[in-house]
Amino acid sequence: MNDVLDVALRLVAVLVVFLTFPLVVGQTEHKVMAHMQGRLGPMYAGGFHGWAQLVADGVKFAQKEDVVPANADRRIFQLAPAVALLPYLLVLIAIPVGPHGFVGQAIDAGLFFVLAVMGVGVLGSLMAGWASANKFSLLGGLRTAAQLMAYELPMLLAAASVAMAAGTLSLPGIVEAYHWWWTPWQIIGAVVFFTAGLAELQRPPFDMPVADSEIIFGAYTEYTGLRFALFLLAEYAGIVVLCALTTVLFLGGWHGPWSDSVGWLWTLIKTFVLAFIVIWLRVTYPRMREDQLQKLAWTGLIPLALAQIALTGVVKVVIS
Amino acid sequence: MAQDKKKLPGSGLAKGLAVTLRTMTRRSVTAQYPDLQPELPPRSRGVIALFEENCTVCMLCARECPDWCIYIDSHKETMPAVAPGGRERSRNVLDRFAIDFSLCMYCGICIEVCPFDALFWSPEFEYAETDILELTHERDKLRDWMWTVPAPPPLDPGAEEPKELAAAQKSAEKVAAARAQEGDA
Repeated sequence: MNDVLDVALRLVAVLVVFLTFPLVVGQTEHKVMAHMQGRLGPMYAGGFHGWAQLVADGVKFAQKEDVVPANADRRIFQLAPAVALLPYLLVLIAIPVGPHGFVGQAIDAGLFFVLAVMGVGVLGSLMAGWASANKFSLLGGLRTAAQLMAYELPMLLAAASVAMAAGTLSLPGIVEAYHWWWTPWQIIGAVVFFTAGLAELQRPPFDMPVADSEIIFGAYTEYTGLRFALFLLAEYAGIVVLCALTTVLFLGGWHGPWSDSVGWLWTLIKTFVLAFIVIWLRVTYPRMREDQLQKLAWTGLIPLALAQIALTGVVKVVIS
Repeated sequence: MAQDKKKLPGSGLAKGLAVTLRTMTRRSVTAQYPDLQPELPPRSRGVIALFEENCTVCMLCARECPDWCIYIDSHKETMPAVAPGGRERSRNVLDRFAIDFSLCMYCGICIEVCPFDALFWSPEFEYAETDILELTHERDKLRDWMWTVPAPPPLDPGAEEPKELAAAQKSAEKVAAARAQEGDA
């Protein structure tokens, strides 16, 4: 009985995190982006500095008609938002927050599971692009596919470097094995992982698949109402997951002063600092062209990731 | 290109990040207009106000207006002679004074040209209407705006003395001199 309660509690906690954190990141983006551009951002919804803006947006989206284009592949079209969103919920379960089993579910091959499931999220965009019966959606979907091909590889290589360093695929195990000098040691891998993750989430400056000035909104062009909102939510859930993963793999997760009692706080702080950087990058840099995007991945990130793996291997051999 | 080579790779990217971060720490420039009234500069051209006591229906404003947006109607009244046996005086009485602000281009020529200081700039600007016809404002509305006209701002330090002051000084001196002469006599 206790076990059932324990599992239920953990799942509810993960669900609550999944429903609130993306909104917090989204609201932060509203405000941070506004102030970085010399604006104020939302000021009305909810009364105090527009804190309820995203709630208001959600209400608006829920009221809108759910339109499916006549020529669309109905089932796939309707399924795509769920495919885009749910993988991030699954990934959250495996991410350790604090020491002593403060994790939804510790998985032995956690790193493998997390990266595999995160890759599924992108399939939602591909399904949406193909099923919409719209040339802009199709173009967006193809760009998404090309981006997935290009950036999944450096991401996996960078993650593999950490797994080599820790000697385990378990996420809590990786954090357990962390020492402070890992961060400078794995810094190249961290940058590659974070950048590739951004590209996989199609966040600016890697938002070519949804470049609104060229192809309207890419794969999401035909979506309305709640399904569209789910795609947007998936983007922010993706930010949370990516930042949490980078924290766990490269920044030592719960490690920090008094980590025994407030370890979870360290994880949260590091995650949100990374989320801030995600927003900061979005505000600062213009969108990259499709060819620049591919060039960065194949001639920049992949060699760097390979160099990181070589470095990790050499250091590992030297210290053992 | 030669200059570019000296820079560290990625320094442009870092500079971009610095710009956005610096902007974030500064006060944003957004004016929260309906909640907070804007601070308008002196001599703001919001709307044209009419001080009808000063108006003599000389029609200069209506004639100088490039848009022909000032409408004036008047009639003549004869006043009884002031002194017995004197001539009757005629006087213009204003019947209608209206400005069509859908035509007005806020050039201010009417205000410049008015010889009797009957027209003024008011900083009031919130008079949007949903129908273009309602932008023609009659004399009572123009008069209401008169009370929003601020006092003229003080002169800049070292500015030339206004001509009115010199003229008033001169006439005052004349009167004083005449009085002094009377006293002597």
